[in-house]
Amino acid sequence: MKTIKNIGLAIFLIGLGIFTALPLIGTYSLDASTFDNMVSDKGFKSDLFIQSMRNKVVGKEFNGMLGLSSEVTEALESANATHRKNKEHKKVIYTKTHDMAALIGKESGSGFIAENKGLMWFLTFGLGIIGALMFILPNVILLGKKGIKNDGIYHENATNRGWIAWLVFIFLVGFYLVLYFRPEFAVNWTYLVDPISESLSGNPAGHWFVYGFMYCVVMTVMAVRMYIKYRQNVYQMVRTTSVLFFQIVFAFLIPEIMVRLQMPYYDFKNAFPLDYDFFFQWNLKELLNSGGIGLFILVWGIVLTLVIVPVMVYFFGKRWYCSWVCGCGGLAETLGDPYRQHSDKSLFAWKIERWLIHGVLVFAVVMTGMTLYSFFAESGTVLGIKTQSVQNTYSLAVGSVFAGVIGTGFYPIFGNRMWCRFGCPLAAYLGFVQRFKSRFRITTNGGQCISCGNCSTYCEQGIDVRAYAQKGENIVRSSCVGCGICSAVCPRGVLKLENGPPVGRINPTEILLGNDVDLMELVNKKQP
Amino acid sequence: MDHIIIIGNGIAGVTAARHIRKNSDKKITIVSTETDYFFSRTALMYVYMGHMKFEHTQPYENWFWKKNRIDLVKGYVSKVEHGNKKIILEDGASITFDKLIIATGSKPNKFGWSGQDLDGVQGLYSKQDLDQLEANAPNKEVCKRAVIVGGGLIGIELAEMLRSRDIPVTFLVRESSFWNGVLPKGESEMINEHILEHHIDLRLATNLVEIISDENGKARAVATDKGDTIECDVVGLTAGVTPNIDFLKDSGIELGRGVKVNRYLETNIEDVYAIGDCAEQHEAIGNRRPIEAVWYTGRMMGEALAQTICGKKREYNPGHWFNSAKFLDIEYQTYGWVFSERGMKENEQHFHWRHPKEYICITFAFDKENRKFLGINTFGIRMRHEIFDRWLTEERSVDYVMEYLKDANFDPEFYAQYESEIISKFNSEFDTHISPKKKNWKRIFEKV
Repeated sequence: MKTIKNIGLAIFLIGLGIFTALPLIGTYSLDASTFDNMVSDKGFKSDLFIQSMRNKVVGKEFNGMLGLSSEVTEALESANATHRKNKEHKKVIYTKTHDMAALIGKESGSGFIAENKGLMWFLTFGLGIIGALMFILPNVILLGKKGIKNDGIYHENATNRGWIAWLVFIFLVGFYLVLYFRPEFAVNWTYLVDPISESLSGNPAGHWFVYGFMYCVVMTVMAVRMYIKYRQNVYQMVRTTSVLFFQIVFAFLIPEIMVRLQMPYYDFKNAFPLDYDFFFQWNLKELLNSGGIGLFILVWGIVLTLVIVPVMVYFFGKRWYCSWVCGCGGLAETLGDPYRQHSDKSLFAWKIERWLIHGVLVFAVVMTGMTLYSFFAESGTVLGIKTQSVQNTYSLAVGSVFAGVIGTGFYPIFGNRMWCRFGCPLAAYLGFVQRFKSRFRITTNGGQCISCGNCSTYCEQGIDVRAYAQKGENIVRSSCVGCGICSAVCPRGVLKLENGPPVGRINPTEILLGNDVDLMELVNKKQP
Repeated sequence: MDHIIIIGNGIAGVTAARHIRKNSDKKITIVSTETDYFFSRTALMYVYMGHMKFEHTQPYENWFWKKNRIDLVKGYVSKVEHGNKKIILEDGASITFDKLIIATGSKPNKFGWSGQDLDGVQGLYSKQDLDQLEANAPNKEVCKRAVIVGGGLIGIELAEMLRSRDIPVTFLVRESSFWNGVLPKGESEMINEHILEHHIDLRLATNLVEIISDENGKARAVATDKGDTIECDVVGLTAGVTPNIDFLKDSGIELGRGVKVNRYLETNIEDVYAIGDCAEQHEAIGNRRPIEAVWYTGRMMGEALAQTICGKKREYNPGHWFNSAKFLDIEYQTYGWVFSERGMKENEQHFHWRHPKEYICITFAFDKENRKFLGINTFGIRMRHEIFDRWLTEERSVDYVMEYLKDANFDPEFYAQYESEIISKFNSEFDTHISPKKKNWKRIFEKV
């Protein structure tokens, strides 16, 4: 069994190695007719850009993306600079330089990788999946009888912030940096999934399709790990299945199929303000121009945020979204599960959390307010501040860096819910509802707590669960995503996630159940 | 301002300190030689098993003590001079007190076995024991086998710990079935099966005769009364604990096995109190033992004594008995009294149900004359403390408990529920016609 695991690990690493090497290798050559088609398709009006592309790129062969990327970005930058200087605003191309490089790269890929998509898919995704499953599946036997399987977590390099964890950290951060800021280096990855993309939406894959596909693959494989690890716990099985279903069907398949049907690309479960650009002008325009379905999405998006989300939180707590439906939560609960113990439980971290997450919520709301004002007033600025630049700042700082690079990249060192705990504006909103108007709580079972600390250690949201449990107090915290792991790891059956009458949900106590009833009455009555 | 000195920073002493602080402005000093800060003793096993780091076992952050003006002194108290109201530390320093709380806990029992002090022989109680285990049994190469002597709660925890590092374990249990002095037969037998399933070499009805030394004074093997010699590198002595009070021998404080206290937790000396594992009641309270070495009772004594110290004199008057433990993968909870066959009261009758496949079982104790519900042991099913506490107070009948059993279930959502099976077995055994009532939130959350 151990051997199978080791072989699996080797296969996985080969797959991962090839995948990691792809951005740097491959041959690219753009032929003249392809480029001419692009120019007319995209409507480029910059003669300077077209000229320098013809001189420096078209008909030439590039080994690796680096050369091609620098030619394209330079050409575009200098062309735009010249046009701006000459006030030829119509000629300026607004596509970002690296997006342009990705666009051109995608059209110019030639040679082995672009011609052997199926094989290359197998050598990367295929080997990765097979290797990972060979590594994970033997645990059915190796982990022994069902029960809590946390042995050795703090002895293992990978789960105790050792060098393996740091390597994973660097890999993930690097991956997100490429995805958000250097998409041209993801071009080779897009070839691997072109056939899949074409079968779904009819279009070749872009780097976001790679991401979406990979997200589903990673979640599925790591969900298998969850199923094995928590097989004694039906709540975890059901929850994992739910979150996987919503990722694959709602976040991945439905939007792609909608594109095939000439509908707007839309993830029906992605609620504003997590879906921060829902009210951006380009999106509103696209929706309004998409007929009935566009209007339906617009209404659905608003009802989702204003009615469905809070009503569901009232009945079930924010867990219904954060750990049953949400994609960010889904990745955190599958890929991120091995790292859940790294969340900071200090009071200091809780203070930072409250400032940061509510700050992001305010930022999102203000930005959206400005966006809507600009949309209806048809003005680019609000009180002299450019709406566009506020949106750009949010997209960069929150949308890309916080949610992506930090949110997932930091898993191995800082835990799996960095984004959900410190950054997600939707979580902040749901948190208010959960804290002040909800039936959900984690019930503490009388006086049974032994203060062991398993609950706090494995709380991915950094809640010091024990601090409540050892006082016999229910846990009612805005940040709780209801993953249920505290209840699972509790050795004494102290914690239960449940929805019940709001009365008595918050129950501060001093003397715990089991002691002198008169003393309990005397001391606990003094509480507000 | 009164100066309260608490010897021992375990759950009893720390609970007392916290509650004294809540109710007063008194100067509080906790003296301990074990660790700088309070930690949860029950969690030590998880450190060895790699579930947690030691700092995770500390329920309060390090700034907590200063903020709450609880002074921590690291030192070993060698003597208590109650006449001068002074404690003397091993390094000669002395601290005066107005009131003294002794909360020094327990130490592992040693029954005078030959070889009990050899290298590689240890108990599992303190942080030092944990460190020693880490040194004695870091892995299965250094520790090729461990023998555990004593089949109680700590014994099975130690076995679980060592098995987490794949160290072969032989488990010597004096009784004919695991913990059957406490657990009824059906439950004890289920745990036996579970122990074997974890590849622990369980030897029932087997006593330690001696621990055999190698040439370096290190344990090499143990000899049992069955005539076996078992080669091993580590011997775990887990045959219960005894109050840790040697330093009080000539102090004038009345001692029995523990520090003798009355219901106010007062010793024979004015202004000197004892709580937790080390306190011994002159007379047992109800069905409880005079010395209750249990986490919960330590905490409850701390809660009660703090009131007395702060001028609201109160007896230690614990409510209904409850306890919990975990036997490898099986969680155990108990509410009220369920005695083993050995300790069973005359009027006590049991109803036992066990799942046909899983390690889940449950035992109800009730009065065979008037059917009053006496207590429940539950394995693999979590139950609500509040509900059982209420039913015990209300002196409900076992039939009532059966009928409303669904209210008491505390398992996570979506878990399989067994009330119907349990009740139908009960009906057929006792010729009753109880049908289970649906779970009802209103009933669950109503206060007594």
